[in-house]
Amino acid sequence: MTFKTLLATVSALWLATAAGAEEMKMAVTTSFANSGLAEILLPQIEKDTGITVELLVVGTGQALKLGAAGDVDAALVHARAAEEKFVADGDATHRREIMYNDFIVVGPSGDPAGAKAATTAKDAFATIAAAQAPFVSRGDDSGTHKAELAIWAAAGVEPSGDWYKAVGQGMGAALNTAAGMDAYIFADRASWLNFGNKGDLALLFEGDPALFNQYAYLPVNPEKHPHVKAEAAKALENWLTSDTAKALIEGYTIAGQQLFTFNAQPM
Amino acid sequence: MNDIYQGLYQAMRLLVTLDPGLVEITARSLQVTLTATVIASAIGLPLGAWIAVNRFWLRRYAIAILNALMGLPPVVVGLMVYVVLSRAGPLGVLGLLFTPTAMIIAQIIIITPIIASISHQAIRDLWADYHDLLISLHASRRQRIATLLWDGRRALMTAALAGFGRAIGEVGAIMIVGGNIDHATRVLTTAIALETGKGDFALALALGFILIALAIAVNLALHILSGTERGSRW
Repeated sequence: MTFKTLLATVSALWLATAAGAEEMKMAVTTSFANSGLAEILLPQIEKDTGITVELLVVGTGQALKLGAAGDVDAALVHARAAEEKFVADGDATHRREIMYNDFIVVGPSGDPAGAKAATTAKDAFATIAAAQAPFVSRGDDSGTHKAELAIWAAAGVEPSGDWYKAVGQGMGAALNTAAGMDAYIFADRASWLNFGNKGDLALLFEGDPALFNQYAYLPVNPEKHPHVKAEAAKALENWLTSDTAKALIEGYTIAGQQLFTFNAQPM
Repeated sequence: MNDIYQGLYQAMRLLVTLDPGLVEITARSLQVTLTATVIASAIGLPLGAWIAVNRFWLRRYAIAILNALMGLPPVVVGLMVYVVLSRAGPLGVLGLLFTPTAMIIAQIIIITPIIASISHQAIRDLWADYHDLLISLHASRRQRIATLLWDGRRALMTAALAGFGRAIGEVGAIMIVGGNIDHATRVLTTAIALETGKGDFALALALGFILIALAIAVNLALHILSGTERGSRW
């Protein structure tokens, strides 16, 4: 291969990837991607707005980092304190709540720690800590991890020791680890219902309002990053808060259970 | 064991029905890795030959470093390419992060030392045989390298294939710089990581079997095209 053809190949490849009509990149959390809702929403978004949304599936911590660096055009995440700081830092123009789902506590079906009998999420966590039962934590600075830490704090427990295993991975990998060790784990309901390797694990605790999990949309600030596709991000926001989105989000079920509740307010 | 049988069955089903999703990620795997292999070979093969025929200061150290770079951790390469190509990084204006081009760049960095190192070994042995002949013919340095590269082409193909093998199965770097975006940067290895994360071991294994079959097919195709290992020759 001569240098010229090589150069032609490289530039053709570069052009092929640089071109493309209406595409935008959105960082979303693993829990949202694992829920399967994206596969329902994205084709309809493309049909209604002509925008192809490319999803980067990462933890909330990394999603916000991608937004701050200007590597994505918007983010859909679930960690309120971090989101508000993100807006305050000028990385996003505003924060718009879209929908919520909930977290659950999953563990070995025998429930050696007795978490099932707990009345609140913090009690369930306290019994697990008291029994020193193996507990797998995401440990990756994701929204789910932050929510888990908030409940440990409410329970007055500083989780550490051999029984507390921070794996530093996504929801699916953490669930695989928990299934392999018969451990307790804090997960979002959607990931759990879609998960294919449940092993001996079962849903042990649910329903506490403290397990409420709000998703919010953050368009990256075009004043800070002039290259971001602010118009596409705006069109996507309008779509996500529309009645079409509401019907699709609330109509999405796994095993007969509704996963998400739409709660976007008109601006 | 059940997952393995399920995986084999699913691999068969995906192949027989020519599943469009599978075809897409397989084609992208090939596009990224073959491009990276071609470019890395264009750099690595002449570099290996050049080091073999030239005597220069610190040559021994250059070779040692080249050999050490064969073990470059992909995740570190991925991270470095990511930081450079990020919008906040020095080459951010190109907007290359999370594109197949970024994945190709990362793989070139990973496999060029492998190709250069293996070709250096092969050319060095050949150079020992050809040294007196080429010197007596007054071959220029350029001609020497060209002759050695051509006569050593079989060993050099092994070098390129070793690079290909490392790149096609690599996941650490391309996951970071590509982002595993559906219909944009998802390839076989990142899809396997994704399905493992979903707990769908059967599908992950099926994709794994297809990846292995693809690597074998590419190697076989190159050997047949270049006519090595024919019955009449040793």
